Amino acid sequence: MSDHAQDVTLIVNGERVTRRVEPRQHLIDFLRHELELTGAHIGCEHGVCGACTVRVDGEIVRGCLFLAVQADGCRVDTIEGLTESGELADLQKAFVERNALQCGFCTPGMLIASAALLAQTPNASRADIRAYLSGNYCRCTGYHAIVDAVETVARARGGMGRK
Amino acid sequence: MTKADGLSPLDRPNSYIGRTVPRPNARRLAEGRGQYVDDIKLARLTHVAFLRSPYAHARIKRIDSTAAAKSPGVLRIVTGREMKEVCTPWVGVLSHLKGMKSAPQYPLAIDRACWQGEAVCAVVAQTRAEAEDALPLIRVEWEELIPVTDAAKAAAPGALVIHPELGDNIAFQRELAVGEPDAAFAAADVVVEETFHIGRHTGVTLEPRSILADYNRAENQLTVYHSTQAPHMMQGIFAKHLGLPETNVRVICRDVGGAFGIKVHTYPDEMAAVALAVMLGRPVKFVADRFESFVTDIHARDHVVKGRIALSKDGDIKAFEIDDLTGIGPYSVYPRTSGIEANQVVNLVGGPYKHKAYKARARVVFQNKTVMCQYRAVGHPVACAVTEGLVDLAARKLGQDPAELRRRNLIPDDAYPYTAPPGLVFEGLSHHRSLDKLLELMDYKTLRAEQAELRKRGIHRGIGLASFIEVTNPSAAFYGIGGARISAQDGCTIRLDPSGTVTCAIGVTEQGQGTEAIVAQIAATAVGVPMERVRVITGDTEVTPYGGGTWASRGAGIGGEATLQAGKALRQNVLAVAGVMLQADPGRLDIRDGKIVDADTGTERMPLEELGRVCYFRPDTLPKDVQPELMVTRHYVQKDFAFVFTNGIQASHLEVDTDTGFVKLLGHWCVEDCGTVINPQLVDEQIRGGVVQGLGAALFEQCVYDDQGQMRNANMADYLVPMAAEMPDIQVAHVITPTRSSELGAKGAGEAGTAGAPAAVMNAINDALAPLHARVAAQPFTPEIILTALGKA
Repeated sequence: MSDHAQDVTLIVNGERVTRRVEPRQHLIDFLRHELELTGAHIGCEHGVCGACTVRVDGEIVRGCLFLAVQADGCRVDTIEGLTESGELADLQKAFVERNALQCGFCTPGMLIASAALLAQTPNASRADIRAYLSGNYCRCTGYHAIVDAVETVARARGGMGRK
Repeated sequence: MTKADGLSPLDRPNSYIGRTVPRPNARRLAEGRGQYVDDIKLARLTHVAFLRSPYAHARIKRIDSTAAAKSPGVLRIVTGREMKEVCTPWVGVLSHLKGMKSAPQYPLAIDRACWQGEAVCAVVAQTRAEAEDALPLIRVEWEELIPVTDAAKAAAPGALVIHPELGDNIAFQRELAVGEPDAAFAAADVVVEETFHIGRHTGVTLEPRSILADYNRAENQLTVYHSTQAPHMMQGIFAKHLGLPETNVRVICRDVGGAFGIKVHTYPDEMAAVALAVMLGRPVKFVADRFESFVTDIHARDHVVKGRIALSKDGDIKAFEIDDLTGIGPYSVYPRTSGIEANQVVNLVGGPYKHKAYKARARVVFQNKTVMCQYRAVGHPVACAVTEGLVDLAARKLGQDPAELRRRNLIPDDAYPYTAPPGLVFEGLSHHRSLDKLLELMDYKTLRAEQAELRKRGIHRGIGLASFIEVTNPSAAFYGIGGARISAQDGCTIRLDPSGTVTCAIGVTEQGQGTEAIVAQIAATAVGVPMERVRVITGDTEVTPYGGGTWASRGAGIGGEATLQAGKALRQNVLAVAGVMLQADPGRLDIRDGKIVDADTGTERMPLEELGRVCYFRPDTLPKDVQPELMVTRHYVQKDFAFVFTNGIQASHLEVDTDTGFVKLLGHWCVEDCGTVINPQLVDEQIRGGVVQGLGAALFEQCVYDDQGQMRNANMADYLVPMAAEMPDIQVAHVITPTRSSELGAKGAGEAGTAGAPAAVMNAINDALAPLHARVAAQPFTPEIILTALGKA
């Protein structure tokens, strides 16, 4: 630990944690390696693929473009916490039923991004879904099934969907 | 199966074959509870980072790691020369690819680096960050050498030879002439030709290559957690090159974050990580970062193919001819070699058609770029683009509808078995039924009418078709006969547990395709239990029967058949015991929904848990000569054909903006025939995912190199992959022609999407551009390529 290390305190998935971190450590490495929350993944480390998508104070962020020290005092939610709270349950069920995941590496990020979309645009159309999820790379599915799953949830939640 | 039920094993009551059921492992992944290699931590874990060559070709004169060794957290720095003492080199050749040659490759370069990104020195530290901190402190004295980058120049006489001991840069060459092709071309009414460029691209698995090796000196035991498609193959390779008994090497493969052929090869940095674990006697983890992935994951394609086609004036195809040149980097990749893709191109060009004459030449050359090897659909997209591009050019020249020209020339559905000009035997394909189904699915006539209307308004839409054949269920003819220790057979061990549940361990592996789901479906069907009672174990060399893993679309066809036979054998054993316990004829009993029943009436006689209880805990109540065998293993290898071919056809509908050169995909359709469909949803999603990989290759993806062998776009901001917004919905349908080479009848479906999509897109673009007298043949079809074709660049 260098002389520049800092103490940070944050609420992660509802639990208060305090750790001493290097200023250069990214939030995603902090979550995965210090807190052993391995649900969010590292895909590109330069903000393109979306595999490391987590929530900070309610907003989705790329864990690879956000430093752990920046999260000091923040509320951070990951796939583990959002699963536990049940907030993603209908999306997760729809993804599983529609086989909107194959290898699963993108899925936690894809789910968190999908939840953010539906919070902001409950009646998202297929085109809206495709546009919003364009920051999340999936090599396996070709996206069609993901769009189906998110659309199913939008409709089931009463958003009706649009053509 | 017993005769009493009179049903095929696939149609049994409560059969899961042909049913869409969710994958048992999907929920775990959706909840973030997957376990990929980077998620695993072991006690005394260390991390390795590699110093990589900044040059495509350079001599390593001296490495000074004095300063780096003092960097915080650094445990050990190892050069190629030191590692050579622990890990022997390998040469990627196969004896059935006649004349193939390559040079010995080491985990770390010793005297010379041969591509930008080749690892030359390893730093092991407490953390990955500390290992990376030390890299710039290593002083390497380089002597730059002239890089050989252009494949045509590399192949030319007098070229600088990358490995002088090999004599030239030709790794492999194949020539073929069948059915007097020269005479066919001379006699043809119509000959059209084109030169096709298929860009160099790569897999971009979202999970980078990852490995965690641990070595226990006391037991001489190596345990490797590996993101791989072929655990047993890697077990053999680690054992051989590290000098360990094969049984002392265990490869564990838990969740794999995408593979597509990227993770079925021997990578020097992964071998180095394993060798370091042996050297240090403690766990070493290597996870490639994205920049490393781009310059060290295998690349694929990069073919330039001159092709021509001969036809009669009525439109009968008489002959194809191709000349393929591909550059594969400085080494043929071990153990599958880098000659297979070009070999496949020679095998597959013209594949759907009934012409008799064919001439081909393929040359595979060394160059100073990242190595190339098998990536999803190996050779298929190249062969399909050449074949289908030529067929469309011919249709245009003849003034025929491209669908009708195909109908005229596709091998008839009643012509099987059929031997194609390169000697491939097709057991049973369905080109015509597939074409009919596709045209109906996409409403071809309506789209053509709409296209004509829109053209009047200056809107340029195109429709492109691409028929294809696909190599699946490979026999040992793929690799084994060439000397590679790659298993063509797979085994399934299936066990009835005391509580009436079933556990399957199988050699094929899961990377998201749904292998575990279809194995559970087949096992549940064959034994007669609900799928929830089946647990499937894959990816552990110490637990599963020896097998090849998952590649070349063999998971369902090979692994599925092994499961079916194992499940049937277990069912017979269970019924034999049940007959004794119930004093009934086993032939009149059945297992349905986890219960022993009367086969005729379905009346329940005994739950399986009761049978399990007696067999395991009260065998004393059974007659002395009855020994229940509630665990059986069955193996399967496909021996009837070199490969069990499938077929299909795709269509692309798109619009070209002739001012900007941008292509907007409007629709995509695929009809394919993978034989017995075990889980329709999983097959459809294999097709869709494969199509999008093909669309990426067609429109976006390219590893861009300069003439010094530097990759210029080795990051995800500059190397474009398909994202959701640019991709269309994809309609999928099936024709079903089961293979008779297995009882299950399943063929593969993994390559089909990627095989045909680029050709369909190319043909659609050229269809759109036809009124403007422009055409393209160089993938990816970027706006620049299209504007150049339009004379607007």
